[in-house]
Amino acid sequence: MEGVDHLAHERSKAQFDVDQMKVVWVGSRHALQVSDRIARLVASDPVLRKDDRTMMTRKELFKNTLRKAAHGWKRINELRLSEEEASWFRHYVDQPAYTDLHWGMFVPFIKGSGTEEQQKKWLPLAYKMQIIGCYAQTELGHGSNVQGLETTATFDPKTDEFVLNSPTLTSSKWWPGGLGKAATHAVAFARLITDGKDHGVNGFIVQLRNLDDHLPLPGITVGDIGMKFGNGAYNSMDNGVLRFDNVRIPRDQMLMRVAQVTREGKYVQSNVPRQLLYGTMVFVRQTIVADASTALSRAVCIATRYSAVRRQFGSENGGVETQVIDYKTQQSRLFPLLASAYAFRFVGEWLKWLYTDVTQKLQANDFSTLPEAHACTAGLKSLTTSATADAIEECRKLCGGHGYLSNSGLPELFAVYVPACTYEGDNIVLLLQVARFLMKTVSQLPSGKKPVGTTSYMGRAEHLIQCRCNVQKVEDWLKPSVILEAFEARAIRMSIACAQDLSKFSNQEEGFAELSSNLAEAAVAHCQLIVVSKFIEKLQQDIPGKGVKEQLQNLCNIYALYIIHKHLGDFLSTGSITAKQASLANDQLRSLYSKLRPNAIALVDAFNYTDHYLGSVLGRYDGDVYPNLYAEAWKDPLNESVVPDGYREYIQPLLKNQLRNARL
Amino acid sequence: MDGSDHLAHERSKAQFDVEKMKIVWAGSLYAFQVSNRIARLVAGDPAFRKENRAVLSRRELFKNTLRKAAHAWKRITELGLSEEEASWLRFYVDELSYAYVHWGMFVPAIKGSGTEDQQNKWLPLATNMQIIGTYAQTELGHGSNVRGLETTASFDPKTDEFIIHSPTLTSSKWWPGGLGKIATHAVVYARLITDGQDHGVHGFIVQLRSLDDHLPLPGITVGDIGMKFGSGAFNSIDNGFVRFDHVHIPRNQMLMRVSQVTREGKYVHSNVPRQLVYGAMVYVRQIIVVDASIALSRAVCIAARYSAVRRQFGSENHEISGTRVETQVIDYKTQQSRLFPLLASAYAFRFIGEWLKWLYTDLTQKLEANDFSTLPEAHACTAGLKSLTTSAAADGIEECRKLCGGHGYLTSSGLPELYAVFVPACTYEGDNIVLLLQVARFLMKTISKLPSGRNYKLSGATAYMGHMEHYLIKYSCNVQKAEDWLKPNTILEAFEARAIRMCFACAQNLTKFADQSEGFSELSTDLVEAAIAHCQLIVVSKFIKKLRQNIEGNGVKQQLETLCYIYALHLIHKNSGDFLSTGCLNPKQASLANDQLRSLYAKVRPNVIALVDAFNYSDHFLGSVLGCYDGNVYPRLYEEACKDPLNDSVVADGYGEYIQPLLNQQLLNARL
Ligand SMILES: Cc1cc2nc3c(=O)[nH]c(=O)nc-3n(C[C@H](O)[C@H](O)[C@H](O)COP(=O)(O)OP(=O)(O)OC[C@H]3O[C@@H](n4cnc5c(N)ncnc54)[C@H](O)[C@@H]3O)c2cc1C
Ligand SMILES: Cc1cc2nc3c(=O)[nH]c(=O)nc-3n(C[C@H](O)[C@H](O)[C@H](O)COP(=O)(O)OP(=O)(O)OC[C@H]3O[C@@H](n4cnc5c(N)ncnc54)[C@H](O)[C@@H]3O)c2cc1C
Repeated sequence: MEGVDHLAHERSKAQFDVDQMKVVWVGSRHALQVSDRIARLVASDPVLRKDDRTMMTRKELFKNTLRKAAHGWKRINELRLSEEEASWFRHYVDQPAYTDLHWGMFVPFIKGSGTEEQQKKWLPLAYKMQIIGCYAQTELGHGSNVQGLETTATFDPKTDEFVLNSPTLTSSKWWPGGLGKAATHAVAFARLITDGKDHGVNGFIVQLRNLDDHLPLPGITVGDIGMKFGNGAYNSMDNGVLRFDNVRIPRDQMLMRVAQVTREGKYVQSNVPRQLLYGTMVFVRQTIVADASTALSRAVCIATRYSAVRRQFGSENGGVETQVIDYKTQQSRLFPLLASAYAFRFVGEWLKWLYTDVTQKLQANDFSTLPEAHACTAGLKSLTTSATADAIEECRKLCGGHGYLSNSGLPELFAVYVPACTYEGDNIVLLLQVARFLMKTVSQLPSGKKPVGTTSYMGRAEHLIQCRCNVQKVEDWLKPSVILEAFEARAIRMSIACAQDLSKFSNQEEGFAELSSNLAEAAVAHCQLIVVSKFIEKLQQDIPGKGVKEQLQNLCNIYALYIIHKHLGDFLSTGSITAKQASLANDQLRSLYSKLRPNAIALVDAFNYTDHYLGSVLGRYDGDVYPNLYAEAWKDPLNESVVPDGYREYIQPLLKNQLRNARL
Repeated sequence: MDGSDHLAHERSKAQFDVEKMKIVWAGSLYAFQVSNRIARLVAGDPAFRKENRAVLSRRELFKNTLRKAAHAWKRITELGLSEEEASWLRFYVDELSYAYVHWGMFVPAIKGSGTEDQQNKWLPLATNMQIIGTYAQTELGHGSNVRGLETTASFDPKTDEFIIHSPTLTSSKWWPGGLGKIATHAVVYARLITDGQDHGVHGFIVQLRSLDDHLPLPGITVGDIGMKFGSGAFNSIDNGFVRFDHVHIPRNQMLMRVSQVTREGKYVHSNVPRQLVYGAMVYVRQIIVVDASIALSRAVCIAARYSAVRRQFGSENHEISGTRVETQVIDYKTQQSRLFPLLASAYAFRFIGEWLKWLYTDLTQKLEANDFSTLPEAHACTAGLKSLTTSAAADGIEECRKLCGGHGYLTSSGLPELYAVFVPACTYEGDNIVLLLQVARFLMKTISKLPSGRNYKLSGATAYMGHMEHYLIKYSCNVQKAEDWLKPNTILEAFEARAIRMCFACAQNLTKFADQSEGFSELSTDLVEAAIAHCQLIVVSKFIKKLRQNIEGNGVKQQLETLCYIYALHLIHKNSGDFLSTGCLNPKQASLANDQLRSLYAKVRPNVIALVDAFNYSDHFLGSVLGCYDGNVYPRLYEEACKDPLNDSVVADGYGEYIQPLLNQQLLNARL
């Protein structure tokens, strides 16, 4: 087995410089070097192996996760890893743990919502992990509707404290990761009440567990909310439940950057604008988009390699069977997903830039682009996570029966990924927010207000409403400007149609509710346009490396034309393209697939994933699938004994017709 | 629980007779009564509890499944249940075990492919469960391509035996359920070789394990293939692998109904036509279609009830008896447009399953009378519907889970396991894409046989193709206002026109290729889409046909009509690219369909809870905290959470080793 590369022939066919593509994929040569080094470090550390994860019981799995988190922290300190290196490290450990929320939500939130003093007090503790924090917003009864949270924080002027309470069963905090068993502290969201008056939802730092013995503090009931989708997957995380029974915290543990309660119990707004809080949201969602491209690329990497290894049918005319990757149906399912992985990568990169840009503007008190940036990240979070979840499942199905085995890695990848469609904003709720923003933008068009950023195409509404796509032959579909205009025309025509239908309602809210399905579709059209346009923009940059740009161009065209095919109804019903043009797009798509085919394996190699990180027998770099499937099977606990546990009680008496008297 | 019905108000709004709908759903009053009785029997038996399934380790789960299977068999024999009742009982136990493969694959294979002698010998053993059988076809290297199997069965004239052998690693049998740890026997598919000549793949009955001590027989290496998707789910069954090292079996253990090997080693065909074997395939796939409607209806039932319980946003303008309450999420149009088509699909698949059952009976009678004329059509039809319904049901279950927001992600919602256990139906018994390509091949053949320019009589589900000329040239949809979309004929014609035009376009493009099979593979993606259009038409047309029957019960038929329209119009909306690009509809008509869809959603809304009640699922069978009949969701969620093993202790296992040293900054010296 040692040393054979079953995919060597595939690799030799690539028409581009894979190493350069690796740089493009991670973003820079520096990022490639760091991530590559840390990936190897993690992969070679026996404590961090994960091939036994799906066979563990919940308790074993959780303990194993605690161990990995502690070991990770130990290594990070021993090796004095930088913040960047440490976060790559956690990434490659690839097992959800309380640390994700500690670093990903608790710390950013204190940074975003705490006063300078609060940051000085809490951040050093958090950075050294002398405390472990979680983010407790969602309740049993309320997730999407944050304004409806029921937990109360009532100011007691006598003691200068807040009293936290869970007045109902549905007000129990429910879902926060790390809360169930690990966290010592939480940022908890509660309705602030002073002097009988409700000031709405605010954040508070609450200690949950004793730092000596880890027991919950008085008045706090806390636990885990139970098993979740799949084995392994998110079950390594202790998503928790939390109830407060008159829990007192000092007044200075309210996060007071934008609003404060004074010693006298007066509620006052600070001079820091509220909008700053949205910055954190943009930040978190932008990382989710980056995660989407990562999860999708993993699945695509596995399915692509296995499709090149797997052969089925086609030996009738002698010779070996056909690699399933050569079937056109396989290609038309797989290659658009490969293209999507790259597309999401670049839109994620762009969002990172957008976040930096917004932050700078906010600091300069310029809020003009915030609504657009906010809508844009919300929409892209929704679009990319939904597409990724579906795509992982499709990749699993592309692997036939063997994709259903845990050791293919795909079931767990799906199970651990799919809640991204729900957390940080339910994907439908987010699309409706985007739609609301689009309707507002459309309604302001006549006033001459220039739409900004990703909505600037709406400024050309007049042209886009009547323009005609001028594709006449297959090759015309390779022009970026043609593609872009078709997407713009479709998006704006759908938005304007919605706006016109809305105007027929006397009550706008009622109209919005009634038409919400159409509105969500218009929002999707807008977001797909953004992805396509950012991919095209990326290609306008200088990209070094032999053949690299050609491959990316090919992928970009595949992504766009595949969307056209998939959403053909939109393009045709808005008259953005004709039926004949649609069929040309489809023909073009077929030849793009053929063009991509010899490069498929190299294009997934460019993700630079170690076998450890991929965690898939089917996706192994060397393509040596079958002996390893066989070897893995033997490791199942059921194979520990030849005759199974339970044979004597439940099988033997049945075969011998002696069940009647058996006690079962 | 508090005993009150949190969904009572919803139920009171229903505009039809739920009890009568239950009968329509079950198929007959008799079927309803039997299934209802057995469902209660199972639900009332503590030995069949299943709520802790997801937290069990693989070994515990497996042992527990063995216990349930034995207990089920014990009850079946104690109570003297009929075959029908017994299969309902296994169904409601709702935990996959060797018993499903034994009854669902092993026994039918012997019935279908065994001679009378063989049936007389093996069936009594199997039906008394003195042996346990599995169905061993798939190998590590070959699943879809059955003809490519590598296991060999070589006839040895000296000993009058077959020698079963696995020549390569990839020839290991891989996947058969019940094989890994339990089955004593298997129907094994292997290449028959006599006198050095390869006669292709045939079935053989092979004993795997000793009936005394259950140890594998000499020459047999057997085991479980490992964990599968999800917790619980398919992990309760021992899908297995087996390798044969020159295993000898008597000659009469080859299944010889259609072809035989004589004592001299001659390979001969019997006078039983080969086609009979396809009958068994039609049978199995028809069952899978029924399963799809059941799995989807379970998910829809959970999501519909929870959507009526869950309230989110909207308290600004919503009051009930003086207190402000939030909107039930089922009242959001986006929720409706995702959920209601799935409800309609569940009913549509139910009726198509019913029709397929009829088709199978019809086919069997014809085959027995040596009439093979309808076989290709029936075969294509079941293959296509298996593909269509399982793909749609799998996606539908996952959508239902998402419709439940965060709580749908908890195992206690029942939806993760329902998905994990159902989704392989897209793969087994024929990969769904491979099946659609078979349908497409059949459609292209049908078209190529149509004499050009004249209307031509065709039977079965392709009859509409006889109107090719009409649909290609004259047809235009005459919808002018939203109500026009409520005419069954209008809908039917639109679906027929779309299917024909897509098929015809493919056929034309195919003629441009010199090499037909090259053309077929080059155009296979378009062909798959044409096959889907054809299959969707079948589902719509059979639903419409069902409505032409006499259906009893106040308001029952009206509800089914609404569901039928929802099913059809949602497909038009979802596939509007097809309808528009083929010119079957214009954009205005597509948009009217969408308007009509919205009013249909409003019409069905008050009936939704009653429509899922009509499935008549017990809380035990549903196995969902979110979908419980009384809608008392929150206390149940809380109670379930408390049962997780992590909550056995207040301070987590591992705190002393891995958390305390971290918080106390003492990690550097710790041994981890
Ligand atoms: C794995 C996981 C980890 C999590 N981690 C955390 C955490 O660390 N901290 C934390 O605080 N929370 C966490 N959450 C909670 C998460 O943020 C919420 O589940 C999420 O916000 C969705 O809210 P919900 O569950 O209330 O869904 P609901 O709002 O109840 O959604 C149910 C259905 O109603 C629909 N719906 C709701 N409102 C509308 C509307 N206005 N219009 C149309 N349709 C609507 C939705 O589309 C959905 O189909 C986590 C959740 C999961 C699954
Ligand atoms: C849970 C489960 C239970 C099972 N139980 C049994 C059992 O009891 N007994 C048994 O014998 N088997 C069983 N099987 C095996 C099952 O029948 C096969 O997995 C199934 O037939 C699919 O074959 P495959 O795995 O070889 O897929 P493959 O054929 O390898 O499919 C891989 C990919 O190639 C594509 N592909 C393959 N051929 C073509 C083509 N000609 N044109 C275009 N695309 C193509 C497919 O669409 C798919 O995307 C079970 C499988 C599962 C998952």
